[in-house]
Amino acid sequence: MEYYFKTENLAVGYNGKILIYDINVQLEKGKILTLIGPNGAGKSTILKSITRQLETIRGTVYINAQEISSWSPKDMAKEVAVVLTDRIRPELMTCAEVVAMGRYPYTNLFGKLTPKDMDVVREALERVHALDLAGQYFTTLSDGQRQRIMLARAICQEPEIIVLDEPTAYLDIRHKIELLNILREMAQKKNITVIMSLHEIDLAIKISDYLLCVKGNTIEAFGPPDVILGNHTIEHLYELRNGSYNLLFGSIELTKPEGAPKVFVVAGGGYGIACYRALQKQEIPFATGILFENDVDCQVALELSDHAVVTPAFEAMTDVQFQKASDLLLRCEAVIDAGTPVGTLNQLNRKLLRLAEEKNIPIYRSKDRQEVWAWNT
Amino acid sequence: MKINKNSTPSMNKEKIRLGNIGRFSFIMLLLSGLLILALIINVNIGSVSIAVQDVFRMLWEGIRYGIANAFTNGGYAQELEAVIKNSTKSQILFSIRIPRMLLAAILGGALSVSGYLLQVFFRNPIAGPFVLGISSGAKMVVGITLIFLIHYIGSVGSLALILAAFLGSLLITSIVLLFSQKVRNVSMLLVIGIMVGYICSAVTDFCITFADDHDVVNLKNWSMGTFSGASWDNVSTAVLMCIPGIVAALLLSKPISAYALGEGYAQSMGMRIKPFRVLLILLSSLLSACVTALAGPISFVGIAVPHITRTLLKSSKPAFVIPSTFLCGAVFCVFCDLIARTVFAPTELAIGTVTSVFGAPVVIYMMAKRRWTQED
Repeated sequence: MEYYFKTENLAVGYNGKILIYDINVQLEKGKILTLIGPNGAGKSTILKSITRQLETIRGTVYINAQEISSWSPKDMAKEVAVVLTDRIRPELMTCAEVVAMGRYPYTNLFGKLTPKDMDVVREALERVHALDLAGQYFTTLSDGQRQRIMLARAICQEPEIIVLDEPTAYLDIRHKIELLNILREMAQKKNITVIMSLHEIDLAIKISDYLLCVKGNTIEAFGPPDVILGNHTIEHLYELRNGSYNLLFGSIELTKPEGAPKVFVVAGGGYGIACYRALQKQEIPFATGILFENDVDCQVALELSDHAVVTPAFEAMTDVQFQKASDLLLRCEAVIDAGTPVGTLNQLNRKLLRLAEEKNIPIYRSKDRQEVWAWNT
Repeated sequence: MKINKNSTPSMNKEKIRLGNIGRFSFIMLLLSGLLILALIINVNIGSVSIAVQDVFRMLWEGIRYGIANAFTNGGYAQELEAVIKNSTKSQILFSIRIPRMLLAAILGGALSVSGYLLQVFFRNPIAGPFVLGISSGAKMVVGITLIFLIHYIGSVGSLALILAAFLGSLLITSIVLLFSQKVRNVSMLLVIGIMVGYICSAVTDFCITFADDHDVVNLKNWSMGTFSGASWDNVSTAVLMCIPGIVAALLLSKPISAYALGEGYAQSMGMRIKPFRVLLILLSSLLSACVTALAGPISFVGIAVPHITRTLLKSSKPAFVIPSTFLCGAVFCVFCDLIARTVFAPTELAIGTVTSVFGAPVVIYMMAKRRWTQED
């Protein structure tokens, strides 16, 4: 099968010094490829090399089975458009003028815009929902608006590939989603190939057809997100030591409190997560149980505690787990009842609370979380 | 029903406007009007005042005979001469005032466009040939030429002066460019430019100190910066050098506006950055060298005028800004020359004195305003 975009043993870097080598990427047309990896890993370097802002050191980049190094700047511009991280401030230029610059490779010596060009400008502005900004000066815009205009400029260039370097930096969550939606739409409807770098792993996984994990001087992995992302891929890629990344939720947990558990949280069904995080903020090590292994609480508990008592899903809890949990509970100074309802399968959790009562261990309900904090100080 | 159907989409379809042509035309008309006014006042006022109707009459005759002369291969040469030599007034008019104000207009425009090109290059409105030390560099090389080289090459014509000034401009521009690779901060670059300018002035002063008095006379007059003593030769040299320069700048309007988006974007749109930058610097140096050679160093016109023009136009579209800047610079310099010539008559002020008084406040205002609006 012939790929639309392909790199072969590409090596990139600055001033002849190789930063990353053996980059082999194959992409069909209309797909979204996202580069992820730690700061300074060379994501921008790769993007600059495939857009010819930077000379490649070895290897070849093919678009449509042609070597892009043989193209004239104009041909290149008609095929590839970019959205860069450069913070530009073109003075006294309206958004429409900035977007219309995208017609550069198509206009004559004087940059005369034909009615057809104007239609493309309008369409590009519409596509990013920024038609109302057309007459405003670019420098007066907010970051979110600027990024949309820069994307419109790239669209206006009528490229087959759009390359974006961290397009969501500086944007708030709403604008991030808006921007990514536009990209998805471009890929889906216009069959435009998108290559970009993102810092938000959760968003990257959701929007991308392919991920390229960049780390050190080589490519850690390339492929569809669900194929290449294993249990600890992200922690490994970013060398997360003080914290963890939950692939299932796309959420980050901070450093696990170390030491013998001081508090036992009786939880389950999502009632415990807030307690766990509150305890983590206070750096109080805790134990928790008894959780079914498919419980949402379990996902967070395992990342924030070494003492989570877990039982197989869809099975009633057994005495083995109860024994383990009560051992932990008796060594704790306090118990928190997260407020999880008790049904037929988790009866033993009620038994745990009774045990605490009998042994005179103070029990806090999750709604008086304030008390837990007070208790700590 | 039919009207409704047509009007709704067309209302949606309109609205996107690129550059306000109406405003541009208005400003151009306004500036042209001002220029004509300035020229009339300028010709009219002086130690010998010439009535406006006399000016027009003599001008008309001069033009009529001039044209007739050109078409009949010199048949009317004597009549033309007669008109010019007819009276002291007409001599003052034709051989002193008209060339002087034409020179002021052309060089003022050229200097402003030169400043504009530098601002494009550095992507900063505070750049200009004077603040970056480029004018001082031109002055230094011209000084050396006038003091030392004159012994070897005999006489120095205006073309030789332009060449010297051009070399000086390029020398300083390359020094500033070398620094600009290391110093990304434009304010620092301006400080460097000012320092380099001082070094050049010091070298010039040093040369003057140890030069013979009769060599220095030329230089002193010239280095004050003045349009006095302008001849028709100067005017035609200025036209031949500056007008092609301005036209070339106009031809660059498309890449100039792309360059405003930064090098990364400009390149991604298919622009060849390096030749463009070289062309920009050469053009700017040529224009400012021409001015420096013919009228001496003139300060602040290069920064103030493009800024005033952009503010008037409310746009930075090069195809608008370049012609307007030229006209605005012409108006500015003709008025400044008028002031230099008449306010303390018969003593003439240096043109730089007047342009500084009017130009420097504009620059200070710009700096202050930038502080307010610019975070990065």
